[in-house]
Amino acid sequence: MSAPEKFSIETEKLNLWYDDFQALMNVSVKMKDGLITGLIGPSGCGKTTLLRCFNRVNERYGNVTTTGQIKILGKNIYDPDVSLPEMRKAVGMVFQRPNPLPISVYENIMFGLRIHSERASLKKSAADEIVEKSLTEVFLWDDLKDKLKKKATALQLEQQQKLCIARLLPLKPQVILMDEPCSSLDAESTRAIEEMMLNLAGRYTMVIVTHNMAQARRVSDECLFMLMGEVIEHSRTQSLFLTPRDSRTADYIEGRYG
Amino acid sequence: MKGQVVATNESNPASLGANPGLSSTPGYGSRDLFTETPFVRKKKRTEYLVEAIFFLMTLLMVVPLIFIVCYLFYRAAPALSIDFLFSAPTSGMRGGGIWPALLGTLYLVILSLLVSAPIGVLAAVYLNEYARDNWLTRIINLAVVNLAGVPSIVHALFGVGAFVLFARMGRSILAASLTLAIMTLPVIIAATKEALSAVPMAFREACWNVGASRWQTIRGIVLPNSISGILTGIILQVSRAAGETAPIMFTGAVFYKAISEGDIFAYGLFDQCMALSMHLFTISTQVPNVPEAIPYATAVVLLGTVLLVNMLAIVFRVYLRSRKKW
Ligand SMILES: Nc1ncnc2c1ncn2[C@@H]1O[C@H](COP(=O)(O)OP(=O)(O)O)[C@@H](O)[C@H]1O
Ligand SMILES: [Mg+2]
Repeated sequence: MSAPEKFSIETEKLNLWYDDFQALMNVSVKMKDGLITGLIGPSGCGKTTLLRCFNRVNERYGNVTTTGQIKILGKNIYDPDVSLPEMRKAVGMVFQRPNPLPISVYENIMFGLRIHSERASLKKSAADEIVEKSLTEVFLWDDLKDKLKKKATALQLEQQQKLCIARLLPLKPQVILMDEPCSSLDAESTRAIEEMMLNLAGRYTMVIVTHNMAQARRVSDECLFMLMGEVIEHSRTQSLFLTPRDSRTADYIEGRYG
Repeated sequence: MKGQVVATNESNPASLGANPGLSSTPGYGSRDLFTETPFVRKKKRTEYLVEAIFFLMTLLMVVPLIFIVCYLFYRAAPALSIDFLFSAPTSGMRGGGIWPALLGTLYLVILSLLVSAPIGVLAAVYLNEYARDNWLTRIINLAVVNLAGVPSIVHALFGVGAFVLFARMGRSILAASLTLAIMTLPVIIAATKEALSAVPMAFREACWNVGASRWQTIRGIVLPNSISGILTGIILQVSRAAGETAPIMFTGAVFYKAISEGDIFAYGLFDQCMALSMHLFTISTQVPNVPEAIPYATAVVLLGTVLLVNMLAIVFRVYLRSRKKW
């Protein structure tokens, strides 16, 4: 316990309503820098909603009201001087269903950079290097190095999902949010994605929503259990699973909720 | 509790066969295993029947169409020639060609599209990608849908009131084109919106989450993936604009107009013009003793013109595709 711990994501008394349905209630969490935080809880408890708060993309989904504070890297993202594109550069998101863009693998990787830079400022050689580096990070380079021109939507699901993660990397994100990234993949692909996540751990703060208890135990450092829009328990993964403090957490991890 | 249920299932696998509607499968090694039951035979018969009916309906649609086109060409043959295309009608529409009408239709269709296609597509992009869901956009959407169903004669009257009289364009190519544009606009908007909303939401989400602005999302992903549908919507309106008589009859098209033959710049914006659809109407109903082949030949040319403009749109689409990202 030398240096004071840094938190990449902090929320304080975060409340969120869809129209008049309250989906998040007084959520106050702190997620440590460089760790993988697992987000677990039954369907509909607000995991996706919480995740989407972290890059303010919720505002694009219907009539949403938010109160409370969200700090990313110490900065309140509701401050008036926050630019959403700049913030989303730092906070990337991966979805339940892989959603590569219907363009080539190469252009998928470059899409983010192209959006954030003047047209002329990207040199071809630099771009090639970025693509190679990003694909290598997610263990895709060997598979795809000869298929960079291939349409990304034609890849296998596992490759698509890895590509969706690789696509974030050129923007040098600090935080990567993953919403059930493995739920449409088979066991082997799930393994591969987890391995890739562990490879990225430490350099990026990751939040992963999962339905799969075993996965939460395998990959996450800390775990957060939610129920009906509330955070019930947040502790080190091991202690959450071995010695849950709340009886509701215990019920859930033993499979007594759906 | 759970264990018990599993146990009963294992000891009595036939328990599912208790379903009264389901005949039981013959046992292991039986000769009847997996053979047709009477029910399956009935299902198969229905299947054949249904397929036959659907095929018949397709024929019913296609055969008359082919028949019409062949019949048109057959009756038109005596009059069709290059000369017919590029010369003016003579002897009170009873001879000569249709150049002024052909050129007039091209002017009307192309001018009206130049107005309605950009406005329609951009308006649809706004409505689908930018507009928030509030009462104003709902009213606009409702208006678009209803306007698409307004009969062309009503547009014609509007054209007379708004363009010919109020805007003092007089009966002219400009007024007629604008009337056609007003007529095709709602359908272009509706078709474009349809094409845009067919682009999966996941693509847009992917863009937002790397910080793309709405315009970057539209430009980079949404438009390239909907351009085919959008162009199809526009193409259908070409045929409509070329074929309608009512909207141009009161706003700019005339019975006869002499222009220099073969000159594609023969009309000015404020001239009146002839048009194929109206020409066809007049020579088949208003002028006695027209040689039989001429109306048919005119119809063939009208058909050809529509196909030609459609080809242009298709070429445009291929061109967009051939560029790297689209
Ligand atoms: N766009 C929306 N509009 C209205 N209600 C929503 C919307 N998105 C989610 N909800 C509701 O909010 C609750 C939490 O949803 P969600 O965050 O998706 O849960 P989870 O990801 O944990 O399954 C659910 O009850 C859901 O019905
Ligand atoms: Mg969810």
